[in-house]
Amino acid sequence: MSLMHKFLGAATALSFSAVTAIAEPALIFDLGGKFDKSFNESAFNGATRWATENNSSFKEIELQSDAQREQALRRFAESGANPIVMAGFMFATALGEVAKDYPDTKFAIIDMVVDAPNVRSVVFNEHEGSYLVGMLAAQASKTGTVGFIGGMDIPLIRKFACGYVQGVKSVNPDAVVVQNMTGTTPAAWNDPVKGSELTKAQIAQGADVVYAAAGGTGVGVLQTAADENILSIGVDSNQNYLHSGKVLTSMLKRVDNAVYDAMTQGADLETGFNIMGISNGGVGYALDEHNASLITADMQASVDAASGQIANGSLAVHDYMSDNSCPVE
Amino acid sequence: MDVLNDFITVLNSTLRLSTPLLLACLAGLFSERAGIFDIGLEGKMLCAAFFSAAVAAITGSVWIGMAAGIASSLALSALHGVASITFRGNQLISGVAINFLAAGMTVLIAQSWFKQGGRTPSLKGNGRFNPVELPVAESLKDIPVFGPIYQGLISGHTILVYVALLMVPLTWWILYRTRFGLRLRAVGEAPEAVDTAGVSVIKLRFAAVGICGVLCGIAGAYLSTGLQAGFVKDMTAGRGYIALAALIFAKWRPGYALISCLLFGFLQAIALRPDLIERYLSFKVQIQLLDVLPYILTVIILAGFVGKATPPRAGGEPYVKEQ
Repeated sequence: MSLMHKFLGAATALSFSAVTAIAEPALIFDLGGKFDKSFNESAFNGATRWATENNSSFKEIELQSDAQREQALRRFAESGANPIVMAGFMFATALGEVAKDYPDTKFAIIDMVVDAPNVRSVVFNEHEGSYLVGMLAAQASKTGTVGFIGGMDIPLIRKFACGYVQGVKSVNPDAVVVQNMTGTTPAAWNDPVKGSELTKAQIAQGADVVYAAAGGTGVGVLQTAADENILSIGVDSNQNYLHSGKVLTSMLKRVDNAVYDAMTQGADLETGFNIMGISNGGVGYALDEHNASLITADMQASVDAASGQIANGSLAVHDYMSDNSCPVE
Repeated sequence: MDVLNDFITVLNSTLRLSTPLLLACLAGLFSERAGIFDIGLEGKMLCAAFFSAAVAAITGSVWIGMAAGIASSLALSALHGVASITFRGNQLISGVAINFLAAGMTVLIAQSWFKQGGRTPSLKGNGRFNPVELPVAESLKDIPVFGPIYQGLISGHTILVYVALLMVPLTWWILYRTRFGLRLRAVGEAPEAVDTAGVSVIKLRFAAVGICGVLCGIAGAYLSTGLQAGFVKDMTAGRGYIALAALIFAKWRPGYALISCLLFGFLQAIALRPDLIERYLSFKVQIQLLDVLPYILTVIILAGFVGKATPPRAGGEPYVKEQ
């Protein structure tokens, strides 16, 4: 009887795979969950946009634990999904293992580099986006002092800081940028209390615009900035709505565009490095009804001009991670 | 005047950062003085922080929120009590379990209630504790030195800061001037003597763990509704463990607890202002060194270099009758 069951099961599985022979793309969310108002949700939005435009569908899974990473990758690969997109650098190790076992399946990993012939590694030019919001900060500041609050002290966050400082100095070479990192352990991503205190400390030093690149810690930064009536700048997704009229802008990382792009290319996904910068809509700044009154036409014009120059290559923003140093501070 | 201003901003920050430490430290003091080690301060604070913010967001009243926070912290305390007092389990393991439980549970419930990635919505108006202006602060601010200190430093905190400071003499009075306090200290030193005198060890220990739960609840509520306007996952960020270190540093005494928490808070506050350190000391201090200093100091105290830190004698031992 049980043998019979197995046969029946196998037959069903076969018939299913026959139906879904046209490769469906798959999307794996990281532990933050699909509706995290940030990274994962942005990835989901990109996939949904692709699905509605092409009248198609995609497979998805929300991870519940670290142990599921490899399992989820293998299951999608076995089921014939192609390409498989995963949101988050945490997938690097699992993907390194799995990618070589499924040479005919294409994978795309966001925010990390995995060196395999069938993997597309999507990385963002965060320094370019930070440069733009730095320009806005310098123009909105009345005191000539602006702040930067980073999460954990790692090269990636210094890359944000370095781009930001370059942007500030391009508008006002005499501007002072007060920089603080929240900590050196992962707890620094989720310490809004310390974020608040750092914001107050920066206000005491004269800062009137503060840029937070600090995950959950940034929630405290934006809150305190709004309470103390100064401006703040959000990060990753559009956070302008959190305190309407008090958030100057947000540095956008267009994870949705990266996912959309990967799914559009489908099974013929171009592998290797994929750098999402200003030129291909990978990073930018947010402008919506919540901050329309804060960004003047002049500010917008200057930033759009710089954006164009960065896109066509006539203006280069130094990338901290290229040589682990920053020319300005 | 500049020096005075810098002084006031740093001390203001010290007070704000010390308050959760102080409340958690006093919570641990009650529990450990009764012979129940409590490594779960962190988890209880986190749980209270979440329920305070969540219920305040739903009802719009920070007081109902804080009540819910205290209730949730008490529930975890009860769990700790049942595991380690009634069933005589290992107190450290029960505490660690509470920390894990709180870290997972808060995010899970937050996600299912609010769908904002494990956060609660931002609290507004009466949904959070607003600063309290002490009487005549505004009119005194022109008096030199005293005016700015009174108006800028002593006045203008949320009510929980004053509650925390008042808890210090109250704790001292309960422990050293009441019959309950005497028995509570005795139950942590020699529970068999208390039992011989016909007083229930179990009841006393549960009472101590309950007080611990209430204080952790206030600490958590202060984090999410006093300092912040909402809950973010893991927002306690190790403050429960620093409070434990402060408790050892204070040698399990309320007065010293105030001093050690203010010291640890001051170290955190000064770490936020590297520019001031450089201006007044004219050399650079590594921020990481300041961050780690509370732990180094605790190790020094534990190693017996500065006096001796003797924990309550029956601490960590479940009480078994007629052993």
